[in-house]
Amino acid sequence: MIEAIFAYEFLQNAVLSGLIIGVIAPMLGLFIVVRRMAMISDALSHVALAGIAGSLYLSQQVLFFAALNPVYLGMGAAVIGSLLIERLRRVYKSFEELAIPIILSAGIGFGAIFISLAKGFGTDLVGYLFGSVSAVSRQDLYIVILIAIIVVAFLYFLYKELFTLAFDPEYARVSGINERVIQASFMIITALVIGASMRIVGILLVSSLMTLPVAAAIQIAKSYKSALIYSVIFGEIAVIIGLISAYYLDIAPGGTIVVTSVFILLIVLFWKKIRS
Amino acid sequence: MAKSIIKLEHITHKYNHSIALDDVSLEVKQGEFWALIGPNGSGKSTLLKIILGLLKPTQGTIELFGGPIDSFKQQQKIGYVSQKSNAFTTKFPATVLEVVKSGLTSKKGLFKRFDKEDEQQAIEALHVVKMADRKYESIGDLSGGQQQRVFIARALVSHPELLIMDEPTVGIDRQNVESFYAMLSELNRDYGIAILLVTHEIDVVTKLATHIACLNRSIHFHGVHADYEKMSDRDLSGWYGHPIRRLHQEETEPVK
Repeated sequence: MIEAIFAYEFLQNAVLSGLIIGVIAPMLGLFIVVRRMAMISDALSHVALAGIAGSLYLSQQVLFFAALNPVYLGMGAAVIGSLLIERLRRVYKSFEELAIPIILSAGIGFGAIFISLAKGFGTDLVGYLFGSVSAVSRQDLYIVILIAIIVVAFLYFLYKELFTLAFDPEYARVSGINERVIQASFMIITALVIGASMRIVGILLVSSLMTLPVAAAIQIAKSYKSALIYSVIFGEIAVIIGLISAYYLDIAPGGTIVVTSVFILLIVLFWKKIRS
Repeated sequence: MAKSIIKLEHITHKYNHSIALDDVSLEVKQGEFWALIGPNGSGKSTLLKIILGLLKPTQGTIELFGGPIDSFKQQQKIGYVSQKSNAFTTKFPATVLEVVKSGLTSKKGLFKRFDKEDEQQAIEALHVVKMADRKYESIGDLSGGQQQRVFIARALVSHPELLIMDEPTVGIDRQNVESFYAMLSELNRDYGIAILLVTHEIDVVTKLATHIACLNRSIHFHGVHADYEKMSDRDLSGWYGHPIRRLHQEETEPVK
């Protein structure tokens, strides 16, 4: 595979994007999981599906969209979805979690309509659903790099605010942290990471890369920093093993990456059990 | 004259049509230790939320450190400790030190990162609550009483002039409660920190507090400790809504 990486640009794109999202998805995922918002990434990825399907459908109808990378509309839809979830959470104050199924089903609903209108998209859509090693373009890689820079800067500069908000939201409000602004930007960042990750792991599995490595990490981490480091290590292992096996077995990388994450989680749980 | 820290004037608050607070006025000054007592549903938590800026009262004015609450921006001057039960998820992956450092978040300001000096301050705050040797332990591994000490350290780390606590001993066993209150007294006496403590534990606290306020929608009594002691148990029971029998120092058990 190493030789092939040097020979083929598409493989370079896939491996580099994979390695990058292996860092940013679990990193952001930790902040999502500890706030008990794991389902939000699921909802947003389904909204991204609506955007992707919409873009693919429009590309059959309108010339302009044929030239447009569907990732843009997918990401745009996820960003709008993230803001809508925030809005709905305030409308249903005592049933905050209701916002998630509402947005999730709306996403699938629109997605289904566009897919039916276009009478199916074949391999294109399958690539978006489960990820693809061969479909990652140079442009996709550039988008991933740009988003990674934004995410890392966001987490670096707002680390203490995000930690305080995650650990004790009431205390955060009392200490004068602007929860609304930070929460809204956090949701947008989540939407961007979903947009960046969907080419490799696929829309249906993107949330797993944000939650499974974190689920394993918080089993063994004593501090928040170590939880962050473990999450990234587990994410990277999953991406590397997942991409290699997907390449040799010629299957969708989303599946192999997520199944590897599940194995990592099982190993960690097993290791923890025998240690106690 | 001691400077004013909290000044509430004619605070009235309504939830829909029911009155939670009715014309409450109260002033807490530098160095005072106030116990705010009252039965369930007496508006204690509502009053705290108003002081903390989480709720806007229907009527009345609030001043913090001599200025109106709306223009108050020095949140680090107020340390807040809530009930342990609703503070956090027990399995949250964070060390004691990380939790205490988070108390410096607003003082530090947006986009700035914690440095060695902040860490040192957090360790000092942990020394005050005698938890410094546990700094690298996971917060979830500590007992309820120890966790509450850590939360006090988080409140103290920004060197506040006022500590606000909402029933901080709920869920802590009896033995630890006493040493916890002894520590509060110390903070008030040795560091001159003003304290506003909301509690159900009338007996323990009224011995420690320098000032006492009895709230049941409106303030039924407020004043210094000596005046509170003079009030009869009958008067106290009258506004509390059920019979109250205070323990006096020479007694060990309430007389039935």
